[in-house]
Amino acid sequence: MTITDGSPRSAMDQPDGTGRFGEFGGRFVPETLVPACQELEAGFADAWADTEWRAELDQVLRDYAGRPSAFTECHRLGGELGLRLLLKREDLNHTGSHKINNVIGQALLAKRMGKTRLVAETGAGQHGVATATAAALLGMECKVYMGAVDVERQALNVFRMRLLGAEVEAVHSGSRTLKDAVNEAMRDWVATVGDTHYCLGSVMGPHPYPFMVRQFHRVIGTEAREQARALLGDDPDVVVACVGGGSNAIGIFSGFVDTRSRLVGVEPAGGAAVTRGIPGVVHGMRSYLMQDEFGQVEEAHSISAGLDYPGVGPEHSYLSSIGRAEYPNVVDAEVIEAFQRLSRTEGIIPALEPAHAIAWVIREAPSMKGQTVLVNMSGRGDKDVGQMMDVLADRL
Amino acid sequence: MSVGADLSSTLRARRDAGRKLLVPYITGGYPGWQDAIRACAANGADAVEIGIPFSDPIMDGPVIQQASQTALDGGATPQSILEEVPRLDVDIPLVVMTYYNVVHHEGSVRFAERLAAAGVTGCILPDLPLEESGEWCEAADAAGVATIMLAAPTAPDDRLPRITARARGFVYSVGLLGVTGERETLAETATTLAGRLKAITDTPVLVGVGVSNAEQAAMAVRVADGVIQGASMVRRLIESGPDEVGRYVAEVREAIDAVS
Ligand SMILES: Cc1ncc(COP(=O)(O)O)c(C=O)c1O
Repeated sequence: MTITDGSPRSAMDQPDGTGRFGEFGGRFVPETLVPACQELEAGFADAWADTEWRAELDQVLRDYAGRPSAFTECHRLGGELGLRLLLKREDLNHTGSHKINNVIGQALLAKRMGKTRLVAETGAGQHGVATATAAALLGMECKVYMGAVDVERQALNVFRMRLLGAEVEAVHSGSRTLKDAVNEAMRDWVATVGDTHYCLGSVMGPHPYPFMVRQFHRVIGTEAREQARALLGDDPDVVVACVGGGSNAIGIFSGFVDTRSRLVGVEPAGGAAVTRGIPGVVHGMRSYLMQDEFGQVEEAHSISAGLDYPGVGPEHSYLSSIGRAEYPNVVDAEVIEAFQRLSRTEGIIPALEPAHAIAWVIREAPSMKGQTVLVNMSGRGDKDVGQMMDVLADRL
Repeated sequence: MSVGADLSSTLRARRDAGRKLLVPYITGGYPGWQDAIRACAANGADAVEIGIPFSDPIMDGPVIQQASQTALDGGATPQSILEEVPRLDVDIPLVVMTYYNVVHHEGSVRFAERLAAAGVTGCILPDLPLEESGEWCEAADAAGVATIMLAAPTAPDDRLPRITARARGFVYSVGLLGVTGERETLAETATTLAGRLKAITDTPVLVGVGVSNAEQAAMAVRVADGVIQGASMVRRLIESGPDEVGRYVAEVREAIDAVS
């Protein structure tokens, strides 16, 4: 399943034998976890090549998660902006975000590999909810680590996870957000690797995670490409997605990387790994990372718990380094504005994460007049309503 | 500047002379860390492992996490810690333990040279497994710094010889599945893995992670050549200060001497 002649031959190719996309990726984990990563790499390759297993995965995605997801043209907001705005509706999936695609894949794989317990990190809680859901569906034990700051601002999702039977542990170390939740999930895995699968929530971490998670999210791009061609008779001019670790972005990019479409990954200004970071190694991977002059990882700051992360998945660092995708950023105020504007013009309340992608489109619209712009609507905003009630208290 | 005692030759000579080895870990930059290291040296430690704190220490439990955070909050940097090392004035080998990004950030060659210049003769990077270690090992070898490789209980039999072949100074035999921190009992995996390693290498094998008191150290050295103790040292440094660390080192020393 691996190629050995160095870097991938083209974007969205497989990583090399060391799990690298160009100079990014790799497997920087404690020795205890190396055999588990190797087993996972082999287990995934075996399952992915098994047509029966793939059919089972497709069936669960269809009958349980509700795929394919819809493709919606936003006539009112598009009209105001002077462009054709299209949304890939991952917000309509079961559990309310794209995260379910990856989780169902990993949970079925974990079960196939004989694991009985899932651990996960979560930021916004969407990945935690998806993991708790899959664990309930497959009868597995589930523990989710979540930064204490996020436990507070995403309280609704904490309750959902507990309702689904998962144990949620608040993490009080470091910045008490996503970065620290990943640390704690890895510490759990180091101690429980025999019966536990670490269900990582984005295209990050040690090999094979960035590659495997991308394969599980390719369905977004595959569907969107067909849907765009059916509606537009062409590929969109621009494909936009928000980037935390980068899983929803890599999913939709994978459908268009070999087309003329411009690929745009939008980061929060307070967690702009590609713009403000330099290559570093944390959480098992070498990638762009916000760090201080001594190599200490910096804390990210974003209104969106799901994007509040100082790093980015290695394949995005690679796509940026070869110039195939661009990674601008938006500030919280633009996101709050976009959150309200999409709600009012289209009747779609976005999660704060994809509101970053909408915010970028709104800001850059004057330079995209008449173009077709596809945004990955990675999740719905229900989870953010409590937080936004405080933010918008005197404005509504 | 004095160049420090050599790790590999010192440990091997002492082991061959029948002595069980004791390597305490102390978080660099934590208040009192220099005196704690001096207290270790004065009370029978064979080498000391100095932690250079990192923001995201995934192999460490709560005690060492807390010490690392306190040190970072107090302004500790790799440079500030290494500048202090020559002034410690101890005659046992000094080893640095840190996470790979600290090395990567400065560059392997420069970091290895900086260690050597400070008199550090060994280095442990718990998040740099064998497959990723080539560039660092080359730089460390060139600078005369011994790279201590970790071996874990999860390693299949065919992996261990590759780890021991690359290990310099000693082999770090990870005592249990989990991160650093004190435990009620010594895990069975501690002596099992040490035994597997002893069977295939002549390099000293030291058990670390989860060796929590003098009694457990004595159990471990019935099979292993020595022990590394981290959380139990650092907790005493946090709660009581350097003198208590010295007293505890003497206690462990006595317990493992009774075994050999
Ligand atoms: C709706 C939604 N979109 C995006 C993200 C960010 O993750 P990624 O960058 O992996 O898509 C999250 C993470 O919590 C999310 O909940």
